[in-house]
This record gives sequence, C-alpha cells and structure tokens, in this order.
Amino acid sequence: MAEVKTAQGNGNVVSLRHVSKRFSNGTLALQDMSLDIGKGDFVSLLGPSGCGKSTALRIIAGLGDTTEGQVHWPDGKPERGDIGFVFQEPTLMPWANVFENVWLPRRLDGASKSTVRDEVSEALEMVGLGGFAAAYPRELSGGMKMRVSIARALVTKPKILLMDEPFAALDEITRFKLNDDLLHLWEAHHWTVVFVTHSVFESVYLSNRIVVMAARPGRVAQQLGNDAPHPRGDGFRTSEDYAHLCRNASDALHAAMDEHTTRAEVTA
Amino acid sequence: MNVSPTDPAGGTGPRPAEAAGSRSSKAGNMTSALEETALKSGPDLRAAAERRDRWLRIILPVVILTSAILGWEALVRIQEIPHYILPAPSLIMETLVKDWAVLSGSLITTLQITFAALAVAVAGGVGLAVLFTQSKWVEISFFPFAVILQVTPIIAIAPLILIYVDSIPVALLICAWIVAFFPILSNTTLGLNSADHNLRNLFQLYGASRWQTLWHLQLPAAMPYFLGGLKIAGGLALIGAIVAEFAAGSAGRGAGLAYRILESGYRLNIPRMFAALLLISVTGILIFLTFSLLSHLMLRKWHESAIKREN
Ligand SMILES: Nc1ncnc2c1ncn2[C@@H]1O[C@H](COP(=O)(O)OP(=O)(O)OP(=O)(O)O)[C@@H](O)[C@H]1O
Ligand SMILES: [Mg+2]
Repeated sequence: MAEVKTAQGNGNVVSLRHVSKRFSNGTLALQDMSLDIGKGDFVSLLGPSGCGKSTALRIIAGLGDTTEGQVHWPDGKPERGDIGFVFQEPTLMPWANVFENVWLPRRLDGASKSTVRDEVSEALEMVGLGGFAAAYPRELSGGMKMRVSIARALVTKPKILLMDEPFAALDEITRFKLNDDLLHLWEAHHWTVVFVTHSVFESVYLSNRIVVMAARPGRVAQQLGNDAPHPRGDGFRTSEDYAHLCRNASDALHAAMDEHTTRAEVTA
Repeated sequence: MNVSPTDPAGGTGPRPAEAAGSRSSKAGNMTSALEETALKSGPDLRAAAERRDRWLRIILPVVILTSAILGWEALVRIQEIPHYILPAPSLIMETLVKDWAVLSGSLITTLQITFAALAVAVAGGVGLAVLFTQSKWVEISFFPFAVILQVTPIIAIAPLILIYVDSIPVALLICAWIVAFFPILSNTTLGLNSADHNLRNLFQLYGASRWQTLWHLQLPAAMPYFLGGLKIAGGLALIGAIVAEFAAGSAGRGAGLAYRILESGYRLNIPRMFAALLLISVTGILIFLTFSLLSHLMLRKWHESAIKREN
C-alpha cells in the first residue's frame, strides 16, 4: 500500500481516524477508515457502488455520526458555511428561483437579499449561469441544475468542498465540460475538494490524489498520487501519463474489488 | 410529418422561449432551429387540432347539460307533470327570482357558517400539523382524536353537539369544522414530512433552526398537499354545514339553505326546494373552482400539477 503525502504539504484540513460506521440495520458501511485531507488537495474517493463513499463523505460533513473513531479538524470544528456540499442530485428547492436557491446558505445565516446580491451573482458567474438568477429549476437542464447546486455550495466560500458523484447522472459531453469548469475553478482558487466518483477517468483527470476504496466493509484499499501538472486540459486527456494513471487506478480498483470477492468466498 | 403530441425535436433540453429567452444561448438557438425544420409542415395541423380540442372541452359539457335541462323541461310540459311532483327548470328559475329575498338570506347564512368553519379548520389543521411534525409525541398522542372525529358520521354527532352547545350558529360551526378539519390536517402533515431528504440534510449542514427549516423548507414543500386538502375541505365544510342545519332544523331569520329545503318540504313548495338545492350545488361548484384556481395560481411557477408541460 503506497503512502502518499498530501499534495500541498501545508497541513490537513480534516482527518478521519479509524472511523467505523455501522447502520442500525447491522450494515457495516465503513471499517477502520483513516484518511487525511490536506489544504488545497483535490482528493477523489474512487470505489465500487455501495463501498461507503457517500457514507464517508456524509461523516466528514457531520451529517452522520461515526460508530467508532473520530473526525479531526486541526483548525477547530467547522463553522456554519465552512463546508460546501454537492449532492448526487441537484437538490434544489423547486419553489424557489435560482437566486433564492443560491442565497439559501447565506439566508440561513441571517443575510438579507440586498447584502448577498453580489455574492450570489459572483457564485453564479463562476459556474457560468450569470443570466439565470430569475429562472426556476424546472426551466433548467440537468447540467444547469448541477451548476446551480455547485454555486450554492460555493456561495459561503467554504474551506472544504465535498462533492458526491455530482456529475454521475449527466451525459459524457456535459460531464467533460463541467469537469473542465470545476478544474479551472480549482486551479484559480485552490480550494480543498473531496470528490466522490466511480469513474476512473474522472478521478484521474481531476484530482491530485486518488483514494481507492474497497467494499463491505468500506475502507481505504490504496492511495495513488497524481502530480500531472496544471492546467490540465484536452492535452492531458490524450497524454501517455493520463493513460498510464488510468491503468494504475483501474488496476487498484479491480484489486480492491477482487479482495472483496475473495473475502466473501472465505466467509461463505 | 408529425402531428402527435410527442415531438422528437422538442426533446428534454431547455425550452428556448422561456429558459434561455433573450440570453440566447447556443443550445437555445440550436433547439429552435431543429424544431423549425422538423415541424415545417406540422404546426398548422397541430395548432388546429389543439384549438379544436380547447373548444370541444367547453362546448361538449355545455351542450350535454343544456340538452338535459331542455329534455327535463320538455318532459314536464309534455307529460303535464304537476309542479309539486317535478317542477320544470323554468319554474325553478322563476321561483329563484321570486323568492330571492328569502333564499339569498339563507344562502348568506350557510356561506357564513361554511367559510367560518373552513377558516377555523385551516388554522387548526395547519397549526396541529406543524405541532405534529415538531414532536412525534404530540402526534402520537393526538392523532387518534383526529381519526375518531373523522370516522364518526357527522349526522350522528350533530344532535349531541346541538344539545351541548347553546348557540345554534356555534353548534353548526363545530359540525362543519369537524368534517373540514381532517383533510387539512392529514394532508398538511403528510406534506410537511415529505420535504426532500437531501434538502433536509442541506438545512442541517448550514445549521438551520427548526423555525428556519419549517419556514423555508417544510411549509413550501407542504403547499401542494395543503391546497389539495383545502379543495376537499371546502366542499366538506359546505356539506357539514348543510347536514348540521338539517339536524338543527332551526327556523327564523338566521335559517340556512337546508332549513329552506325542510320548510319547503313541509309546505310542498317543491319549486322552492329545487331552487334552494340549486343554490347549494352552485355554491359547492364555486367553492371548488375558487380553490382550484387558488391552487393553480400558487403552484404554477413550480409544481408538476400546475405546470403545462412543453416537451
Ligand atoms: N441509511 C442507511 N441505513 C442502512 N444502510 C445503509 C444506509 N445508507 C447506506 N447504507 C449501506 O451502507 C453501504 C454504503 O453505502 P453508501 O451509500 O455509502 O455507498 P456508496 O459507496 O456511496 O455507493 P454508490 O456509489 O452506489 O452511491 C451500502 O451497503 C448501503 O447499503
Ligand atoms: Mg453514494
């Protein structure tokens, strides 16, 4: 198992320490999972369906308790707005227009409409939806809804952005486009991102660290560093490096899945 | 050529006219261009079919209803049915005009009770639903009462209520309230609890208070359910008021439409009975239409039920 240092090397934003999670129905979703997320890291959580990626992400966000182990925040517990979360579905309020949806995190913090106007516009500009503030979610395409959801996560200027397979439901062209946009934003702002995906290509293209997870119980099987230079673009997608990294990640993923099958056979 | 309602060019992309509009995105232009070529020969036929559909929707029921009334009129005239057995529609209308002074007074009484009961049902139903969602213990404790009130036929409790409550209007109000209350309570409770799970998580993530979650998430999510309940409750409040009036059988100036029906029955004034009946039906229909319109106006921006789908 390769030890990979955090890319930026300037401390961790958050660490999972020996975290286990058992649901009340007895499912052991995570077992002894440890993971450091460094400042400015773009970490991908890659694993087969049901291996506990969402569970891990929700635990980092504080949306679920751990059964054992802790989530450690070296700079102190996150405050309101320190965490941005993008769900697998856009999760917008259908009764509210784009502006009101993006305003929501700030609104819950007591910010009035007039004070947030600039912040909301800025967030919408970032995701390329500057002119759509007045549109309702039903008037938007799937990709546009996802962008709104990302703008909403960005509007509080979070310390860490957690994304749970945000583009999984989109077609490949839109997904590539949003991948590029996300990457450009990250290159410009160097946020800390944890990005859940089950696409090997997506994880290689975007992140500087790939955390491969194994299933039942979910745990970290392997970590792969990816120091391909930024900015990355179509050139990177067609490069040798990219193909090589994809093969490595894919092998790691298969190894993790085989490990699970052999285990299951042993216990059966 | 394609005149069927499923049109391949429309697709599921953004609707250019609404979503993109003047922002004129690339995708918008492409879609409209596609639409144009695909439907070159289609739009006339399709528009014509749509127009015909719209007219038929209005004309058909009107024609059927009119012919039924004319048939009734003809039957009464040809068979020379005496008006104390079956009055002709023309006589009913005549009576309605002639007795308007009496009937309108009763109509107002019935309407007052109906709407007062409905108002209390809305306040009570929504209030209790909010309490229910705030604490499951409150719900567990009080839900049985709501169910008992709902399943007991109002006609069976009305006499009791009339005995216990001195003021007849108040007794009538209570009866109408009992029937109108439940659909609002149960629908609103369901609506408050059906807010999207991920949205709830989002509110939790941003540290929303109970009050904020209720106001910004649960109440809007419950709106379609509440409005559905209101549509049912409006009709039920009228029925409750009428049933209670029957049970009370009270006379005097403040008597409602049900009393007019009873009274006309005793006096064999069948045309007036029909006139009162007509008023009750029309009131019921108007109440339903009003709440349907209200529901449409409140939901048209976002809820599936009120959106005209353009594909
Ligand atoms: N609320 C819950 N109650 C019980 N079991 C759960 C619950 N949520 C998830 N699980 C179980 O925990 C395991 C991990 O689920 P999780 O949603 O984290 O997987 P995932 O890696 O995100 O999968 P996917 O890629 O399909 O989203 C699964 O076996 C699932 O059945
Ligand atoms: Mg998941």
